[in-house]
Amino acid sequence: MAFQPIAGINNGARTGGSVPVTLNGRALEANRRIPLNLDWVDQVRANTSAVERRAATHVTRRTVKKDTQAAWLLRAIACMDLTTLSGDDSTDRVRRLCAKARNPLQRDLVEALGIEELHLTVGAVCVYHAFVETAVRALEGSGIPVAAASAGFPAGLNPLAERVAEIHRSVEAGASEIDIVITRAHVFNGEWQALYDEVAAFKDACGPNIHMKAILGTGDLMTLRNVARASWVAMMAGADFIKTSTGKETVNATLPVSLVMVRALRDYAERTGYAVGFKPAGGIRTAKQSLDWLAMMKDELGRSWLEPSLFRFGASGMLADIERQLEHHGTGRYSAAYRHPIA
Amino acid sequence: MSTIAEKFYSMDYGLAPEDPKEAVSWLDRHHRRFGLFIGGAWRKPSTGEYTPTNDPSSGETLAEVALGTVDDVNAAVAAARKALPAWQALSGHERARYLYALARQVQKHARRLAVLETMDNGKPIRESRDIDIPLVARHFYHHAGWAQLLEQEFPGYQACGVVGQVIPWNFPLLMFAWKVAPALAAGNTVVIKPAMQTPLTALAMAELAQEIGLPPGVLNVLTCDDNAAQALVEHPDLDKVAFTGSTEVGRIIRKVTAKTNKKLSLELGGKSPFVVFDDADLDSAVEGLVDAIWFNQGRVCCAGSRLLVQERVAETLYAKIRARMETLRVGPPLDKAIDIGAVVSPVQLETIRKMVDAGVAEGARCWQPSAAIPEKGCFYPPTLLTDVHPAATVVQQEIFGPVLVAMTFRTPAEAAELANNTVYGLAASIWSENINVALDLAAQVKAGVVWVNCTNQFDAACGFGGYRESGYGREGGREGMLEYLTPKWLHTLPGAPTEADESGCPGSLAVGDPGEDASEDESGAATNPPTPSLSGPSIDRTVKQYIGGKQARPDSGYSFQVQGRNGQLLGEAPLGNRKDIRNAVEAARNAASWAWSSAHNRAQILYYLAENMSQRRDEIAERLARVVGEEQAAREVALSIERTFSYAAWADKYEGAVHNPPGRNITIAMNEAVGAIGILAPSEAPLLGLLSLILPAIAMGNTVVAVPSERYPLIIGDLYQLLDTSDVPGGVVNLVAGRPAELAKTLAEHDGLEAIWCFRSNEEAAFVRAASIGNLKQVFTNDGRAYDWFNPAQAEGRWFLEHATQVKNIWVPYGE
Repeated sequence: MAFQPIAGINNGARTGGSVPVTLNGRALEANRRIPLNLDWVDQVRANTSAVERRAATHVTRRTVKKDTQAAWLLRAIACMDLTTLSGDDSTDRVRRLCAKARNPLQRDLVEALGIEELHLTVGAVCVYHAFVETAVRALEGSGIPVAAASAGFPAGLNPLAERVAEIHRSVEAGASEIDIVITRAHVFNGEWQALYDEVAAFKDACGPNIHMKAILGTGDLMTLRNVARASWVAMMAGADFIKTSTGKETVNATLPVSLVMVRALRDYAERTGYAVGFKPAGGIRTAKQSLDWLAMMKDELGRSWLEPSLFRFGASGMLADIERQLEHHGTGRYSAAYRHPIA
Repeated sequence: MSTIAEKFYSMDYGLAPEDPKEAVSWLDRHHRRFGLFIGGAWRKPSTGEYTPTNDPSSGETLAEVALGTVDDVNAAVAAARKALPAWQALSGHERARYLYALARQVQKHARRLAVLETMDNGKPIRESRDIDIPLVARHFYHHAGWAQLLEQEFPGYQACGVVGQVIPWNFPLLMFAWKVAPALAAGNTVVIKPAMQTPLTALAMAELAQEIGLPPGVLNVLTCDDNAAQALVEHPDLDKVAFTGSTEVGRIIRKVTAKTNKKLSLELGGKSPFVVFDDADLDSAVEGLVDAIWFNQGRVCCAGSRLLVQERVAETLYAKIRARMETLRVGPPLDKAIDIGAVVSPVQLETIRKMVDAGVAEGARCWQPSAAIPEKGCFYPPTLLTDVHPAATVVQQEIFGPVLVAMTFRTPAEAAELANNTVYGLAASIWSENINVALDLAAQVKAGVVWVNCTNQFDAACGFGGYRESGYGREGGREGMLEYLTPKWLHTLPGAPTEADESGCPGSLAVGDPGEDASEDESGAATNPPTPSLSGPSIDRTVKQYIGGKQARPDSGYSFQVQGRNGQLLGEAPLGNRKDIRNAVEAARNAASWAWSSAHNRAQILYYLAENMSQRRDEIAERLARVVGEEQAAREVALSIERTFSYAAWADKYEGAVHNPPGRNITIAMNEAVGAIGILAPSEAPLLGLLSLILPAIAMGNTVVAVPSERYPLIIGDLYQLLDTSDVPGGVVNLVAGRPAELAKTLAEHDGLEAIWCFRSNEEAAFVRAASIGNLKQVFTNDGRAYDWFNPAQAEGRWFLEHATQVKNIWVPYGE
């Protein structure tokens, strides 16, 4: 199986990126901007109760056990944007995170699982713009990209010029991925052109080789239809990824919200032939949750969306739980959090 | 490469088997052999014969169960009869405790029951674990509540008595709960026969009942062959039979029980429409289809097996369905990540194959996903048949497998037409983001359960059951409880007159001279010819049939003489025949929009009818007096006026309910008219008895074809004048005089009638029941009792309104 890399997307050879990007047998290309099509926005349908029901049974219809479960948890690590986005972040804290990103699992665990050859790392490290340089330096030689939560994160209400300028600075500082946040009011007010222009401006600021994730702030958008509409506009404006939340909203990534976004990007891929990635972020803390999301991506979109090029978790605490589960897999004993190096 | 690294790349689902250890050890503890649970104890079948029950996913025998015989059936019914008085003597609270204990036992042993169910039936463990067993517990909880509240909520009602129940193999334990819980809550004792393909969980429940100390004989579980099962439903000592299964067997049960007054409820087959409008959330609709037709391998009576999609989005939807079908996982049902398990038996598998082949032969395009299905065991892949048409066998007949047939429609009106173009009427699923569109179709579709933007939702509080040939009776909720109760007064009534009594009454059918019907006077106002006044002969009084709001001469061209109580000739009535009935049913069907008129409008018309009756009370009474005497005539007329008022009052007050099942939705339980009803009126009160049946029917929006008693058919002459002057729309009430016994046959067999009410002799009731099986029309009789039409407590009100309506439960989830 030959792998055709998508330009501008880190396909992470470490994670076994030998999978062509396809959807229902059709080969897809990386996303690029297309004209705003308001019909597609208008045609959005999302029946909340039905979506919730499907999301609830997604979790009960699928499960993975034993070695498969271990493999899937490793996949979750590979697709993880190990994140710190707190007001009290410091350079040392970021360095510590980067050290964990390079070696997400203890050596003895790696050996016990027999996965040395995977050279497993996380998908990326995600920090505020202020710590991009720190992270880039700390990750040097690892191949792990640095993602910057930029453009006025998390509110996104700074003047547009400042937000665009921040993206430029983040890119200059060495970030290869930029997580931007949209103006939620554009969604409430149905200002689709303004939203499109905003996301397009951010993508232009990123340039073609920087992987841009558009955070919709789904906890603020409140309704699933709003989420779907915002997803469509962001994709048409050229976002490489759509991402649920800042992690700062009251409710962050949920399975129903994710399902609606995933369905939108599936329809988008079917209509355009372009692949958009998905990143749930915020509130995903357990190993079990990571499996739920992986199964959703697999069933809704297929194998291609289990690669870090098209799927990321935004998480900070989840890694510790995954480590505990993997240790249990190796030893048969339940582990305690303090036994694993913290991020 | 290590196995974990390989799996890291492949990202396939591995095996995730549910451990069957506990269920297996339970089977072993019973030495894989089960007897009959009769009178609170396990006993061997009288012949000593056993029969295997298999795991359909592997073909392996799980256990042997007793092959009960007719003798065993008799023993079980006797045990139930013996247990009945003590069980009924318990307070509602005491019975509630037993039902509560059963609910708790189900929860305590939930996983063992789920695993056992999956092993015996082949359904995925996810379904038995997450759907079947929790619903079983919920059903016992809910009915513990009905037992507790029985006296308060159903005053004046009592249990039927001993109930025989026969359940199918598709939801073995859930159907057990749906049958047993309401029966016990109402105070009945039960003999239940599980399906022989899937008897194990019912037997496990019998054991749990034993463990909680349910009094011996209250619940008897009997595995047996079809012959003994037939003996059960025919058993003379049963008061009620409840059946869930195929329409074919439902017909047989209706027929073999026709001679008795056993109460009967039938929950039968379906070919339920799944309607997707162009403004639906298509992705969610696809998941709805997964829950509709790929739930339990499609072996669901209410499966949304007929997809009707608006033309504009059909290809888009089909593509989404096909893509989704590719991700359905078919495999060993005990695997926790399997969507589609095994079909119950090789026989059923063969049936599905044959039906799909037949569909393809008739021109259907068959699509199945690429994934392989297990070679061993009874598996059938999810299947989509497109390019089908309403006349195709696969569109009309129930397949009972994971096979979806798909057709398109253009407009909402066409959607309704196609949805209702079936002999069945169990369920419907409607998908639209426009609530106006969805509820409009929900109201029009002929189905007992309608799911808006969802499907296959069940709850103990929400009635479930069908229209048309999907059966009658409801399970769950208040309406489900009523299936296991009868009014107390009914049991105190004397027996109905036999046919011999009836033929001996005055007004016997002597066919008169078929000569010229002299009068063209449509008013019919006249005095009776045989009683000339001193001033000369009065003007001849002509009574005709009343069909479609018009007076019509009988098709036969014959009339018959009607005699008074002293043998005097009162006049001549038209002699109706099958063509008069045909015309009357046609008129009744054409007047179906009566059901859509507002309840207020129907009430006004009934009040007006009473007013006009009051105006003419003397003349009506005077004529009636010649048949029943002055005193009864006066009472009949006075009570008729009062009863008309009463049903005018009821017209806008016999309302439905709103249920709040778990989850964010409401379920609207609507009382809907049954449709066109044939009525065979009693002779003991020629006016009051007739009106006591017509009035509740039309108050609820039904249209009727009524046959007055032969004792005084001339009453129709009085009635149609009243109907005409009271703005009752033509066709709502049709009156056909003739020989009731003859007309009963045409009425009972007519597929255009949804129900037949026969309040005459036991023989006629038996005849009508047996003849009703063509379209499985609902039958309401006097159960061999002589109703006291002069007692409003018996002769009017809810008992009649319940029969004049059927409950449609519309599930409406909400939330943005």
